[in-house]
Amino acid sequence: MSNESIAKTDNFRATFLEKLRMGMSWEEYGRSLLTPFNIVAALILSIGLPVIVIRFVKGLAFATHASNEYPWGLLLGWGLFGGVPLSATGFVMATAYYIFGFKAYHPLVRLGVLTGLLGYFFAVIYLLIDLGRPWRIYFPMIMGFGTASVLFLVAWHVATYLTVQIVEFSPAILEWLKSKRVRRWALMITIGMTIAGIILSTLHQSALGAMFLLTPGKLHPLWYSTYIPVLFLCSSIYAALCMVIAVSTLAAKYLGHRADDVFLGSLDRLTLGLGKGAVVGIYVYFALKLIALAHDDNWALLATPYGYWFLVELLGFVFLPAVVLSYGVKSERAGIVRFGAFFAALGILLNRLNVSIVVFNWNLPNHLHHIIPPWQEVAIVAAVATLHILIFRWIVNRMPVIREDASYHELH
Amino acid sequence: MDTNDKKPSDPGLRPSEPREPGDSLNFTRRRFMGTAAAIGGAIGAALGMKAGTADAREFDEPKDRYGVLYDLSMCVGCRSCEKACNEENKLGAPKKPFNDPSVFDEERRPTVEAYTVVNRFPNPKDPSQPLYRKIQCNHCNEPACATACPIHAYTKTPEGPVTYNVDLCFGCRYCMVACPYYVPAYDYNSALEPRISKCTMCYPRVKEGRPTACSEACPTGALTFGKREDLIKLAHERMMKNPGKYVEHIFGEHEGGGTSWLYISSVPFEHYGFPAHMQKASMLENTKGFLSSVPLVFTIWPALFGMLYSATKHRSDSEENGDHEKTGVKK
Repeated sequence: MSNESIAKTDNFRATFLEKLRMGMSWEEYGRSLLTPFNIVAALILSIGLPVIVIRFVKGLAFATHASNEYPWGLLLGWGLFGGVPLSATGFVMATAYYIFGFKAYHPLVRLGVLTGLLGYFFAVIYLLIDLGRPWRIYFPMIMGFGTASVLFLVAWHVATYLTVQIVEFSPAILEWLKSKRVRRWALMITIGMTIAGIILSTLHQSALGAMFLLTPGKLHPLWYSTYIPVLFLCSSIYAALCMVIAVSTLAAKYLGHRADDVFLGSLDRLTLGLGKGAVVGIYVYFALKLIALAHDDNWALLATPYGYWFLVELLGFVFLPAVVLSYGVKSERAGIVRFGAFFAALGILLNRLNVSIVVFNWNLPNHLHHIIPPWQEVAIVAAVATLHILIFRWIVNRMPVIREDASYHELH
Repeated sequence: MDTNDKKPSDPGLRPSEPREPGDSLNFTRRRFMGTAAAIGGAIGAALGMKAGTADAREFDEPKDRYGVLYDLSMCVGCRSCEKACNEENKLGAPKKPFNDPSVFDEERRPTVEAYTVVNRFPNPKDPSQPLYRKIQCNHCNEPACATACPIHAYTKTPEGPVTYNVDLCFGCRYCMVACPYYVPAYDYNSALEPRISKCTMCYPRVKEGRPTACSEACPTGALTFGKREDLIKLAHERMMKNPGKYVEHIFGEHEGGGTSWLYISSVPFEHYGFPAHMQKASMLENTKGFLSSVPLVFTIWPALFGMLYSATKHRSDSEENGDHEKTGVKK
């Protein structure tokens, strides 16, 4: 190696490390990490991470109910079935901006893509913890094609879409690293990537619902429907719009110093716009839920205990947030739209937890005793969710996500 | 060793191998739909069409498949079947011996330690004579577990047994979620080699035309091994000869597309905990519509959204340039 290239490497290392510390010295950076939030996060991780290690040493029996009747618990109910619809943000924002031409939403596109990318990444992490032999994760791609399996489709699509999202987010990483040429290539394939994202998202969001088509006797008839793929897809779209509102609200509040004036200045107006979209989406979903109910003629079941729970979900966590959102949009109050968005996203989570846990195996004896997760599983979920937030913050702190990098402005 | 540990040289377990003629339609259908699901695009659409044609045809069950007829009215709960299964599959000494009646105090299910278990139920007709039912995999004609498995670790063998290949399993446990009979059990205590375990219907024996270990061991004749077709005839014969004795139904003849294990009973099947409202169609039918829409999305979406993109781009270009020639409109 010549002297020149050694100097170049050293130079790159120094710049890179400085980027990682956000321009601070090591001492300053260390001190800046001592915040109440970080201390709570460290506490959660200090419990959850060892539990994850023990799960891999002792087997799934340590961390889950290890039930033959209830093979799936909170890890998948929360992490996969709950996490994936709330991570449709990348596909929905990219489609709105690049395909439908909603150019005003530019400040929120990268935030949407990052939320989606991390959401899928962590969905895979939850899956890896839950799989019996996670080191075989690639088996559906190489070892055997279970081609009639909906899960085969989910595996392929989540893997492919994760890759698509990395490409979609790569301009932000490349701007952070000040690479102009590679960034230009990444931008060139944006439209193709966006359309690939639409195809993959349409299919795997609905496939997560279609997975339950195999369980007609186990999933309560009020939730089991031939429409379940459409219900899952449709709800993921307003889930995404609500999540962009929720995440941008939190980003502006806690990471506001990383945002530029364009982001902060346009946020209220854009929130109202996204809220409008979410209102359309949530009423369409509400109508589809009623159609599914009518299609299977399940009205009589509404007057049973599970029927009351169904009504709590449908009226309390779909219709009510829909009313809040439409009131917020109508009166042009971004604060109310934000509240409605958090509420509606919570409703999606409730629906997915209901389908995968609460009303699954509803007819088994002592069913409700089986659905309370053991503390170990809760500790794992808390730890992974904390890591999720920390990594999200790490990226937004460094890369141009809620601000534009001045040197790249003209390239848009 | 049980068949779960089959070497890859065993026919019927290799996922890439062409299926036996009897099974070809079944597997053609699975394969077409899924291939389309995986690759998509124009080719996917073509395959989707083929899947559609295949779907329209009825699936005829191969004539020479084996099965077991289980006459529940003849079962006395001796657990000889449990013992024979344990020995045949080398499952190790049980926690309680096979002649210990205290196991009947609570309802059991198949686990890693036992591929089949016998449960006791009160007799509504005669309280002094309790009823017994042995549980094991029913070996569906079109198994939900095999439909669920993303790696093709399950195989419906031409002879009838549904086998599981641990070498392909990554432990997602969707098969357990999908099985309408709650049969597959998981080895949650193993960190490195967890596996599904379930009745193999003694595949190595059945392949040679020999009866399953449990049916050979049954001293009362409650279990009859034979060709499934013959067993259905036998079941009807027993019903004819003993009018009023049996419920007029063979459980497994049509349930979920039919199963290799068939049951007749003198009390309603729900009494033994059989699922009450099993659909007649196989579970595969439930996902067929969804899977055949996959190639359509792959084909139509790029054109549709590509066109939408062009439309918005065209409009914004026209507005920016004040270009009225494109639209032909003059101000």
